[in-house]
Amino acid sequence: MTTLSLMATRTWSRLPRRHVPVLATLVLLLVLYGVGVSQYRAFSNVQVVFNVFIDNGFLLVVAVGMTFVILTGGIDLSVGSVVAMTAMVSAFLLREGLPAALVLLTALLIGPTLGFLMGCVIHFFDIQPFIVTLAGMFLARGMCTFISGSSIPITDGFWTRMSQERIGDPSGNFVSISVLVAFVVVAVAAYTLAYTRLGRNVYAIGGNPQSALLMGLPVGRTRIAVYTISGLCAAIGGILLSFYTLSGAPLIAVGMELDVIAAVVIGGTVLTGGSGYVFGTVLGVLVLGVIQTLITFDGSLNSWWTKIVIGGLLFAFILLQRLIGIRYK
Amino acid sequence: MSNRKAGYRALTTHRLFWPVAVLVVMLAANTVYRPGFLSVQMRDGHLYGSLIDILRLSAPLILVALGMTLVIATGGIDLSVGSLCAISGAIACLHISRQPDQNDLGGVLTALALGLGVALVLGAWNGVLVAVIGIQPIIATLILMVAGRGLAQLITEGQILTINSGPYKAIGVGHLLTLPLAIFLALAAATVVAVVTRRTALGLMIESVGGNARASRLAGIRSGRITFLVYVISAACAAVAGFMMTANVSSADGNAAGLWVELDAILAVVIGGTSLAGGRFSLSGTILGALLIQTLTTTVYAMNISPQTSLLFKAVVVIAVCLIQAPGFRARFARRRAPAAAPAPVSEQPKEQVPA
Repeated sequence: MTTLSLMATRTWSRLPRRHVPVLATLVLLLVLYGVGVSQYRAFSNVQVVFNVFIDNGFLLVVAVGMTFVILTGGIDLSVGSVVAMTAMVSAFLLREGLPAALVLLTALLIGPTLGFLMGCVIHFFDIQPFIVTLAGMFLARGMCTFISGSSIPITDGFWTRMSQERIGDPSGNFVSISVLVAFVVVAVAAYTLAYTRLGRNVYAIGGNPQSALLMGLPVGRTRIAVYTISGLCAAIGGILLSFYTLSGAPLIAVGMELDVIAAVVIGGTVLTGGSGYVFGTVLGVLVLGVIQTLITFDGSLNSWWTKIVIGGLLFAFILLQRLIGIRYK
Repeated sequence: MSNRKAGYRALTTHRLFWPVAVLVVMLAANTVYRPGFLSVQMRDGHLYGSLIDILRLSAPLILVALGMTLVIATGGIDLSVGSLCAISGAIACLHISRQPDQNDLGGVLTALALGLGVALVLGAWNGVLVAVIGIQPIIATLILMVAGRGLAQLITEGQILTINSGPYKAIGVGHLLTLPLAIFLALAAATVVAVVTRRTALGLMIESVGGNARASRLAGIRSGRITFLVYVISAACAAVAGFMMTANVSSADGNAAGLWVELDAILAVVIGGTSLAGGRFSLSGTILGALLIQTLTTTVYAMNISPQTSLLFKAVVVIAVCLIQAPGFRARFARRRAPAAAPAPVSEQPKEQVPA
């Protein structure tokens, strides 16, 4: 306890306060991993880490999109449903016999289109993002069951190849293609937020939309852009999920938006916007993944403990953000 | 002529006009589709019919939405109500299932008190997070929304707890004076909330906290206490709704009980004309909104459409109602329609004033 607080004070003197939540998440991740390694011998296997990435690749991609939205102070509840809809649409189109490339393109277009429309409604009609994306969530989920009430298997050659392809070292550790895609998305997003005009605008709007408008920044365009980006990320996540499960199911990824929001918050992004990093979101997703792995390794704990632990962590991190005085409205 | 036009305008601009219109259209569509829709029959001393069904099934939603209305009126939001429904229902069912005689009224009342008590504690937790620690409501209640589902499953140990208790079942499907008991419970709750908020200064205080928490504190209202209170009220409403939901099916499922009811409740509140920004609320609008959502669900069932696809219709209705109520959308329409009537004299005036 004392060492922790000592460490905290030392980091405070050297680092800006907005870095503290990300560092806390990093410390938590290392502690969790350390606990796993000390308790279970098999935990130190590199493949365990790779598996966390393989199992959570799609979550990571979606969380990156959500980071953009939350950085502007908005929220996107539709992501889980969009993920399911993308997987569903691609499974359906593949069953109808369309070529894989065309299916991929169509599936990747639906998410951003829905995101764009939601962004337009939010911006032009000034309706709360919460309600608009809630309607988007219902719409996408309804579309899923409209397409088919039961799960559709995918037998397409491209999809199975993407699902089974293993990229690894000679000792047998491997990652799937989804993980590489997720890394590319993370890299592009991190670059966009840190080094492009769009990224600056996103932080500015999250900090204070009125000031951003008075500074002449394109508030409307940026706001619509972040929901489109979130839709695109959800679509990519949906494709990755369909690689992972090789099917489209109407009720898959129900409640995923909560995991995603939890990952973003645990990763240190402030929900009122303006402060946070893509790197933090990666750490947040990893924390969720490691907790799940720990509970799987333990065996005696039931799956609902995951929810309770995630709730507890959310509380701890929000309290931390509050204590170190990051602006909360 | 102009009188009638003014009356028409007053009618269409009334905040409850569009929800009522949509509700009437939906009922009419149902009657066209199934002519017997509006008929209500007397059977075994109870009234039966689609309308009665809609009322009975909308009772839990009305309850949750009432609490949600007050929370939203303070500018907050309570995402945890669905989990609270599951927790309170699970606790009540667990206690009853452990009784030697499940039909014992005393045991059922203890179970209800236990469930309500735990819900009040959790509501107080939400209230402390928002009012004392100052966490954004959407996040403060998100914690319990996520963890609460886990707690409910922990209570039922991941199983579906089935009980066989007459008194408890009555909360969901019992009858009183030929009508379902659930309707009376919802009505009673609505009346209590309405009297307490509209016949005392409490409603005004809630609205003033929602309008500007700081200003109302400076004006002498204990904003923190009001904010704390609404979360506790919301939790209590959710607990009673949770009893109804579990009593309806005589079993508690930690995973499914009250799933997405928070979203339905928020929709009901928004459709009823309460602004998500806080500062004013309409209880009658909320009840109307809850009825609208339940009618939509029943309509979809009656037309043999899969229940999941009903989400599609819900999305369309939500967007339509929100757009119609949105000032931005109305302004756009008004701008297109306006030149015919009003602006002509207005545009004259500034021109005359410029040279002077």
